[in-house]
Amino acid sequence: MAKVIIDTANHIAAYAAKAARVQVVAAYPITPQTTVVEKIAEFVESGEMDADYIRVESEHSAMAACVGAEAAGVRAFTATSAHGLALMHEVLHWAAGSRLPIVMAVINRAMGAPWSIWPDYSDSLSQRDTGWLQFYCADNQEVFDTIIQAYKICEDKRVLLPAMVCSEGFILSHTAMPVKIPDQEEIDDFLPPYEPGWVLDVDNPFSHAPLVSPEWYMEFRYMIQQAMENSKKIIEEVDKEYGERFGFRHGGLVDRYRCEDAELVLVTMGTMGAEAKISVDNLRQEGYKVGLARVRAFRPFPKEVFRELAETARMFTAIDRHVSFGFEGFLFSEIKASLYPRQITADPPLISGFLAGIGGRDVTFRDIEKIAKKSWNWMEKGKIEKEIVWWKLRD
Amino acid sequence: MVTIKELPKEEYLLKGNPACAGCGSAISLRLLFKALGSRIIMIVPACCTTVIQGPYPYAAFNVPMLNIVFEATGAAASGVVAALRRRGIKDVTVIGWAGDGGTVDIGLQALSGAAERGTDFIYICYDNEAYGNTGMQRSGATPFGAWTTTTPTGKREHKKNMPLIMAAHGIPYVATAIPSYPLDFIRKLRKAKEIKGTKYIHILSPCPVGWRFPHNKTIEIGRLAVQTGMWALFEIENGKFKLNPPSSGLLNKEKRKPVREYLKLQGRFRHLTDQDIMEIQRWVDETWENYKKMISC
Repeated sequence: MAKVIIDTANHIAAYAAKAARVQVVAAYPITPQTTVVEKIAEFVESGEMDADYIRVESEHSAMAACVGAEAAGVRAFTATSAHGLALMHEVLHWAAGSRLPIVMAVINRAMGAPWSIWPDYSDSLSQRDTGWLQFYCADNQEVFDTIIQAYKICEDKRVLLPAMVCSEGFILSHTAMPVKIPDQEEIDDFLPPYEPGWVLDVDNPFSHAPLVSPEWYMEFRYMIQQAMENSKKIIEEVDKEYGERFGFRHGGLVDRYRCEDAELVLVTMGTMGAEAKISVDNLRQEGYKVGLARVRAFRPFPKEVFRELAETARMFTAIDRHVSFGFEGFLFSEIKASLYPRQITADPPLISGFLAGIGGRDVTFRDIEKIAKKSWNWMEKGKIEKEIVWWKLRD
Repeated sequence: MVTIKELPKEEYLLKGNPACAGCGSAISLRLLFKALGSRIIMIVPACCTTVIQGPYPYAAFNVPMLNIVFEATGAAASGVVAALRRRGIKDVTVIGWAGDGGTVDIGLQALSGAAERGTDFIYICYDNEAYGNTGMQRSGATPFGAWTTTTPTGKREHKKNMPLIMAAHGIPYVATAIPSYPLDFIRKLRKAKEIKGTKYIHILSPCPVGWRFPHNKTIEIGRLAVQTGMWALFEIENGKFKLNPPSSGLLNKEKRKPVREYLKLQGRFRHLTDQDIMEIQRWVDETWENYKKMISC
C-alpha cells in the first residue's frame, strides 16, 4: 500500500534515493543539504536501505566516487548545496562527458561571498553548461517523484546523462509536508535495475574517456547535445507514465497553469512557481487573464513550449532567483532566446525580467501579484518601462 | 621468490604505445601488468599515462581503464571498489595509478580520504619528480636543487617523504620500488594484492626527458638512485618498517655511494654547486638516520 508521510524535502529526498534502490551513496555534509545525507546514513546503518555509503572528505570526492561507482556498473546518488556544488564543478563535467546517469539532489543555497545559507539558484545555475539535466521542484512531493523519474530518464539509452534535482534550501529542505510514497513493488516496476550503457569490465577491457583529438572531440560533444534533445520527449513521457501509475503529474518540462487563454504568462521556477499559482488565481478573480509557466526542466531548456505559448500570450514576465552578473536573470535570457524566431515577426510578445528572492529574500504571492500587475500595465501601454527590475531592492 | 622465468609471457602494455623512449613509468606499467595479470581495473588521473594509454580510438592497455580528473584518483577508487562489492565481484584488483603531482600535491586529499576509509585497492604513485606531462614543472616530490621549468635555478626545498605520510595513515602496506629492481617491485605488487585494505606503493620513475639523461640510461640511473641512498627500497607492513635489498645493505653510510655519482649523470642537476651537493648529501644521510631509528623501534 502506498503511504503518506509528513516530512521535510531533505528527508523525502533520502526516501526517494532508498526507493530508487540506489546502490552507492557518496556524500559530504553542507548546510542546508545535511539532513539528506544524515537520513540516508540512518537508512543504511539500520539496514532499511541496502547500499554502500562512502563518507568522502569533500564534495569533489563525492562526485568522483559517484563517477567510479556508476562506471563500475551501479546506481549512485549524492546531494549537495552551494559551495559543495561549486567544488564539484570539474567532476560534473567529467560525469556528463563520461555519460554516467548519476542523480544528485541539489538543495539550493546562495553562493558566497558574503556567506549565506539561504536559497537562490546561484549554485545550480552556475553549473548550467556542465551537461547535466536540471530539474527544479516546487514542493516535497515533486522532490520525491522527480528523483525517481530522473533515474528513469537519465538511464534511458537515448539520454545517458546525469541530472540534478533542485529544491530551495529551507523553503523546502526543512519544511515538512505530506508526501505520498508509492509501494516499493510499484516503484520497482516503474524503475527497473540499472543497466549501464558501458561498464568497467575485465573481460571486455577498454579505455574510458581517454585523450581525444580535435578530429573526434566535437562528435562527443554533439552526442551530448543530441542526448539533451532526446531527453525532452522522454521527460514528458516519464512524467505521463508516472502520473498514470502513481497519480502525480508535475507538468513534464513546464508546469503550465491557466495558460490556455492567458494574455500575460508569468515564468518562474521552484517554490516561486507554487506561490505564483495562488497569485494567478487571485488575479483571475480580479479579471486579469494571467497564466503561469513553471519551468521544471531548465536543462534541457523547453524552448518549444515557449514558442507554443507565444502563439496566444501577449507578454511573458520572468521572475528569476538568480542573476548572471553583467547581463540579467537566466529565465529572462532563455525565454528571449527561445522566442527569437518569433520576435522578428510582426507581432512579437513583450518580455520583462524581474529579479526576486535572491539570497532567500521572501517572495510571497502578493509580491508576484504586484509584479504581474506592473507587467500588465506595461503590456497595456505596449512598452516595457524598465528592462530589469530588482524586486524589493533597498535604496 | 619471484623469478624472471616464471613471469607471464602475456603483454598488457601493447606495442606502439606513445611513451617516451626510456620512460621509467612505461617499464613500470609493463611490470605491473606482468605481476598482476589482466583481472585489474586501472584508475588513472591526468598524468603521463593519459598519453601512454594512447589517444582515442586507440588503446595501449589491454585492461579496463577509468580516466578521472587530476585530484580524484583515491575518491574514484572508493566508488569503483564499492560498486564491485555491490556486484559481488571479488577477484578483480583495483589499481590507482597516478603521477607525483597527482599524488603528493593535488591528489593528496582524496588519497588520504581513501586511506582513512580503508578502500581496498593498490595506489601506485609513479614519481618522476615533476609535472612531466606539462613539460617538467616542480612538484612536492621534486628534490632539492633540481632544475624544472618553474625552478629554473634549482628547487630550494626537499622532496616530501610521501611513503611515510601514507604510513602515518596506519594502512596495512606501504612500499617503495623502482623499475631498476623489477623483481622487488613485482614481489611487492603481488604481496599488496593479497592484503585487504589500502596499499600504497611509491615508485621512483627515472625520466630521461625531464631529468636530462640519455634514454638508454634509465635502469642505470635508477640503480644509482638506490646505491647512493637517494631512493631507498623498503616496505612498511602493519607499521613494521623493513629495508629491502639492496637498500638493506646500505644502512652504514660507508656502504652508500656519494650522491654526486647519481647527480652528475643528469642535466637537471648540472648547475649544482659543491655546497648544493653537500646539502643533498646531508639530507640523504639524515633520511637514513631516520630509517635506522624506524628499524630499531
